[in-house]
Amino acid sequence: MTTDPEIESALVELRVAAPPDLLPRVMADVGLADRYARFDSPIGPLIVAWNGLGVSAVEASTDDSTFEASHLARTRRAAWAAEQVPDRLARSIARRLDGDRRVRIELDLRGHTDFEQNVWAKALEIPRGEVRPYGWIAAEIGHPRAVRAVGTALGHNPVPLIVPCHRVVRTDGSIGQYSLGGPVNKRIILAAEGLDPDALEATGRSGVRYVGSDSTHIVCLPTCHAARRIGAAHRVPFRSLPHAVSAGYRPCRSCRPGSGAIAA
Amino acid sequence: MMETDDSLVSALARDLDGTFEALVVAHQDRLYSIALRMLGDRSDAEEAAQDALVRAYRALAGYDGPRIEALRLRPWLATIVLNLCRSRLVRQGTRGQRPLSLEVALPATAEPRSEDSRRPEAVVAARDAAGEWARLLMTLPLAYRSAVVLRHVDGLSYPELAAALDRPEGTVKAQVHRGLAMLRNALELTAAHDREEVIA
Repeated sequence: MTTDPEIESALVELRVAAPPDLLPRVMADVGLADRYARFDSPIGPLIVAWNGLGVSAVEASTDDSTFEASHLARTRRAAWAAEQVPDRLARSIARRLDGDRRVRIELDLRGHTDFEQNVWAKALEIPRGEVRPYGWIAAEIGHPRAVRAVGTALGHNPVPLIVPCHRVVRTDGSIGQYSLGGPVNKRIILAAEGLDPDALEATGRSGVRYVGSDSTHIVCLPTCHAARRIGAAHRVPFRSLPHAVSAGYRPCRSCRPGSGAIAA
Repeated sequence: MMETDDSLVSALARDLDGTFEALVVAHQDRLYSIALRMLGDRSDAEEAAQDALVRAYRALAGYDGPRIEALRLRPWLATIVLNLCRSRLVRQGTRGQRPLSLEVALPATAEPRSEDSRRPEAVVAARDAAGEWARLLMTLPLAYRSAVVLRHVDGLSYPELAAALDRPEGTVKAQVHRGLAMLRNALELTAAHDREEVIA
């Protein structure tokens, strides 16, 4: 006959240690820590970090300890390596990089200023295959004079590629700086999105800032999807918006070339 | 543990985000053990324990300081994980509530053994003892399994157990005793089956 004390001591032996992954999973789920893993992109391997609130970092891949130290310094949260980016998130990021803007990717942008978040939210509105000048963002968020601050905020974008700061260029059409590995990577990404960076810069150098159609009398920024459909016979280049307006053209409602016109 | 929890709730009341990791470290083994012995599956148990700790954090985030200070962490966390285990078992159908059966209680193979080693506890000792007890626990109806797991695997006191199960102390004591009796019966059925195999 087995006695209760024997059974009781057998039951005590059924206590086990939690799996080592439980602590990081819980801490990341509640947003007190992050997980990270590597992710392939057109510009090589990246590190993606995330937690229960959303994606918190996209960076060029470095070794684990370098990333963990810089992430802790920037976010004050520990980052724990995970086997891989969770399937659903990986699929969403891949679809977004392919230009599908319907896919929703949650972002964890805690600790950043309202100004920075407004800049990034505005950059999210720029369609794949198009670019906008820094001054356009500044004007659209209601701070037309803050062009330099817009550039700084884009440089601090913790989630490049997902927030497409690569689609913001100088007013003269030159490609400008890029936080994720410099201008070379910015050109690669823009080219992968269907833009020709050399042609963009050549247009800028020639002094052309706007393109109109003499059949619709609508004037656009040069990379606007509407401007790119204008046939060569109807294409009218402009150096400034006032020139276009005085010639009887109205600004496109899609790319809103009036924003940033003050800086032009 | 009680003293640790007292200082833990004070710290949680002052600084939830700065203290929560300490709560996870202090309680993750017991919550995982409860889930594993209720569900019988490691990956289900890990999910349930994770879910329980996340729910605990969200609840704490909505409580004011005095309410956190008044918490008895051990039974409170046990209730959260137990409820998650129960709803998982309900979702999985009758898996958690099947009657005591020989098929479930028995290991797949049983080696014939000598006369003097055939007392029930020796049968269990001769096999993977922990695995055997875990298997027997899974044969208990949910109410008894919950009571036995919280009392004897997790080690809650009867007052804590009464709080965790929200039942009078007398009721939970009776459930624990009845659960242990069921375990003893299941064990003896296993041993009897082994004896028959040896005779045959």
